[in-house]
Amino acid sequence: MPESSLVKDICSSSVECRTSPLRQFSQSPLPLHRKPYMLSTFCTENNVQECLSHISQEVSSLGLPPVWTESGSSEMNVVAVLNCMYDLIQLHHRGLRTLENMEVEQLKSSSNVNFLQLTSTRLKEQLEQSKRENMGLLERERQLQLKVKSLQNCLKNEKEEVQKLQNIISSRASQYNHEMKRKEREFNKLKERLNQLLVDKKEKKQAIDVLNSIGRADGKRSLWKTEKTEAKHEGEMYKTLLSDYDTRQRELLLENAELKKVLQQMKKDIVSILSSRKPLLKGDKHQDDGIQADSEEEEEVFDSSKERVELYCVHAREKLTNSIRLQWRRLKSHVERLDSQASLAQMGESKNTDAVSRETHEEEMDRLKLEIQQCKDFIQTQQQLLQQQLSSPCDEETVSLLSDCYMLQEKERLREEWKTLEEQRKIFERERKNFTEAAIRLSHERKAFEEDRATWLKHQFLNLSPFADSKKPPMSKSKSAFLISETKVSAGSAPENLTRCPSNTTSSTPRCVPLTSPSTADLHRTLCLIQENSSTKPKRKAEHAGESSFFFNGNVPVQHKEWNDSEDHSRHTLTKEKNSSI
Amino acid sequence: MNFSEVFKQSNQLCKVSPDGKYLATCVQYRLVVRDVSTLQILQLYTCLDQISHMDWASDSLFILCAMYKRGLVQVWSLEQPDWHCKIDEGSIGLLSSRWSPDGRHVLNTTEFHLRITVWSLCTKAVSYIKYPKACQKGIDFSRDGCYMALAERRDCKDYVSVFVCDDWHLLRHFETETQDLAGLEWSPNGCVLAVWDSCLEYKVLLYSLDGRLLSTYSAYEWSLGIKSVTWCPSSQFLAIGSYDEKVRILNHITWKKVTQFEHPATINNTKAVVYKEVERRPAVGSDDLSLHNITIGTTLFNTQSKYEICPLPVQLPVVKPDPDRANPKIGVSTLAFSSDSRYLATKNDNMASVVWVWDMQKMSLEAVLEQTSAVRCFQWDPQRPRLALCTGNTKLYLWSPAGCVSVQVPTEGGFQVQSLNWHCSGDSLILLGKEQLCLCYMDTDQEDKFFRTSVQVAGMFLF
Repeated sequence: MPESSLVKDICSSSVECRTSPLRQFSQSPLPLHRKPYMLSTFCTENNVQECLSHISQEVSSLGLPPVWTESGSSEMNVVAVLNCMYDLIQLHHRGLRTLENMEVEQLKSSSNVNFLQLTSTRLKEQLEQSKRENMGLLERERQLQLKVKSLQNCLKNEKEEVQKLQNIISSRASQYNHEMKRKEREFNKLKERLNQLLVDKKEKKQAIDVLNSIGRADGKRSLWKTEKTEAKHEGEMYKTLLSDYDTRQRELLLENAELKKVLQQMKKDIVSILSSRKPLLKGDKHQDDGIQADSEEEEEVFDSSKERVELYCVHAREKLTNSIRLQWRRLKSHVERLDSQASLAQMGESKNTDAVSRETHEEEMDRLKLEIQQCKDFIQTQQQLLQQQLSSPCDEETVSLLSDCYMLQEKERLREEWKTLEEQRKIFERERKNFTEAAIRLSHERKAFEEDRATWLKHQFLNLSPFADSKKPPMSKSKSAFLISETKVSAGSAPENLTRCPSNTTSSTPRCVPLTSPSTADLHRTLCLIQENSSTKPKRKAEHAGESSFFFNGNVPVQHKEWNDSEDHSRHTLTKEKNSSI
Repeated sequence: MNFSEVFKQSNQLCKVSPDGKYLATCVQYRLVVRDVSTLQILQLYTCLDQISHMDWASDSLFILCAMYKRGLVQVWSLEQPDWHCKIDEGSIGLLSSRWSPDGRHVLNTTEFHLRITVWSLCTKAVSYIKYPKACQKGIDFSRDGCYMALAERRDCKDYVSVFVCDDWHLLRHFETETQDLAGLEWSPNGCVLAVWDSCLEYKVLLYSLDGRLLSTYSAYEWSLGIKSVTWCPSSQFLAIGSYDEKVRILNHITWKKVTQFEHPATINNTKAVVYKEVERRPAVGSDDLSLHNITIGTTLFNTQSKYEICPLPVQLPVVKPDPDRANPKIGVSTLAFSSDSRYLATKNDNMASVVWVWDMQKMSLEAVLEQTSAVRCFQWDPQRPRLALCTGNTKLYLWSPAGCVSVQVPTEGGFQVQSLNWHCSGDSLILLGKEQLCLCYMDTDQEDKFFRTSVQVAGMFLF
């Protein structure tokens, strides 16, 4: 506000300045302006000349070209007069305009003055107010100063008081201590006296009444107190102290050794790390050569100190610790550099992956939380049930609930068992299939054998006839043993053989019948047969071990599972394997 | 866990012999000795008056019974029931009585701490030690029984005398730099003597066996100082509990503070497990108002309790002590190391229902047990890191690193466990009620299982 007013002031003043010559100028035309009304009195017929001269004078004084020249004709130069008049009118107009301007200016300035007056009064008020405030503040300051003074006085008083009290306390403490000491002395004196009195007193003396004295715990007799025993006590005391120090020293030695080992290990590690870093450094052009030289030097120091570590000399120790310190520093800087590099690298790449992982983490967390909640609920219900059962063993509801719970558990267990049984059944079934297959094969073989036998018998039969000798050679050699025994028997009783032969053939025919569905007895027999066969098998198996192992690789877990089952089960699997190897 | 039947007892005088074979209990003026395994009464002795103190000799052959009011001490022999010994302190009065470590001498402190009378059962000889100081713990025997340290007061100064227990030869006598000596204790290896000042000044002095001052430790000045001091069984640490609710641990090499354990009201330490005892009033639910409630009515009075593991942070109940009263109930008053020196159990008096267990290897808080009532007594198993505690109710509480469990003492008529003592084998516990006692047998093979299940139970509340 004050600024703007100032600007206005300046503005108005400038206007004033500008108008001041105009005002002077305009003062003269004012009477001129009124003159036309008094024109009648100004010029008459008689004084035209004078008027003319007067006007011309006036006109010239106004700086206009003369209207009329005396030297020329007495007639008025109309053009000049008109020009003059025009000029005058112009002048008049200009005068009027300036007047208007002036009036406006005046109005403005008057309003300005008003405004300034207002502001000045306001400022005056403000001044007054601030003066009042100042007075108030001064008053308050004075009061505060008074207060401070009083408080300082108080403080001083308090300090004095404190000092006094401290003095009192200390004096009291000393007095108290003194009193206490006095009391204690008195007390001691009294004690002494009491002691004396009690000792002197005859009627109720302290006494020991023992039936018969007992031996010492260690079985020894007590010794007289002599200087020797005293020396012995001292010796024993020092012995215990020494042994304590000894054990302590041993412990420290052990600890030291342990720490030294750690130090060595650390040193080795550091050196290995640093040395592995070295080729890298060499490739790295940024590194100063000076540092490298330094590291080499350090290693030298280390190597030399390593030999001397075992000697517990101060020098070596110092060197060792120094080298460790140096290397440690270097390692630290190296690690720090690596860290910064790693962080830089991470900043670039791991931002998005991290975000993804976090999301998955959150998901996982949510899932786990849910699971935990479920588990909690489950546990709570379980606990409730358990507690109820514990607290109320005769409550039927809870019992039923609990039994339900147990039933559930039992059911679950049974279901599991069922599953395992089912699996076992499947396995059995598979085996059974294998067996039947084997049995079929066997029966086929038997059939072939039977046929063989039939042909052989035929031959035999034919041999009995005198003209069949030439047909012997085509018999296979493997059957010769059987053949011989049979021949013996047959030689002994040919008619019997004859009767047996058909019976054999009859027995073979029903054996051909159960080919499709072998009886259990048959199965057993086949089993036995297979087992007999198996006794010859291992060799072959061993031969094929290379291949079979490759083959088994895929089956290993299954095999293990089956092995874990019952014993006959495993036997079955064995045969099964053999079957598969056939 | 099995419990024996309840036996009578008075003055809470019940002790197992040092060899662990016998259990001696006092009932009024009778002393009963039982076999610990069968609880059959082996001997019964009758004293002249109500027994106020009873103690076993170190060889478990003799028992001392003191009748302080009468100034009498009677000693009984287990081997020879006819043998008797009566020590009469006469009109000088008797304040306390104890065995010497060899079990052949009785040390009687007379009234006003006038002197300590040493009675020999071998020679009937009597000797006096004058100027014993009346303080918290003015007498201590080294663990091997060789030396006795005794606090003395002469000419308003504190002294310590070291005696050889063998023949009561004064080995060392030195003045201590204390204002008012409050207690002394030998290190378990018997080579260092810790001496501490009264609570007005925090000061611990450590003296070698030969009287040299090894070190002085003071944590702070002006405010109330030491409340309790305990050596670690390995002599490696000295734990000092003080009125500022802290335990400071000094090491045995430099005698400087290794660490300090604070007892804050709020536990934020994530490594510590806070077990809170939760009382469970049986059968007040909606459906429990049925008939069976009456059948289990007997247990209605015995509220069951269990431990819950509290999620951190935990706010513990704190009682603000009255500042105008002497011996304010604040600060660590009880300290106990486990037998393997692995754990330290502490109790802060303004949190009377809380027991703190600290791990001395990690030097950190291991567990906090918040009970429903103030803890009366706790003691470590002498064989295993297992802490037993009681709070004056019908339950026994056990803590081990595996977990925490509360066991109801199954006796009729509300047996309230006021105090407890471990048998030296750690297989059984003696629970002392107001006028009864009961033995609690730990099944050693079942115990592991037992704790495991308790952990499982506690673990359920983790969720």
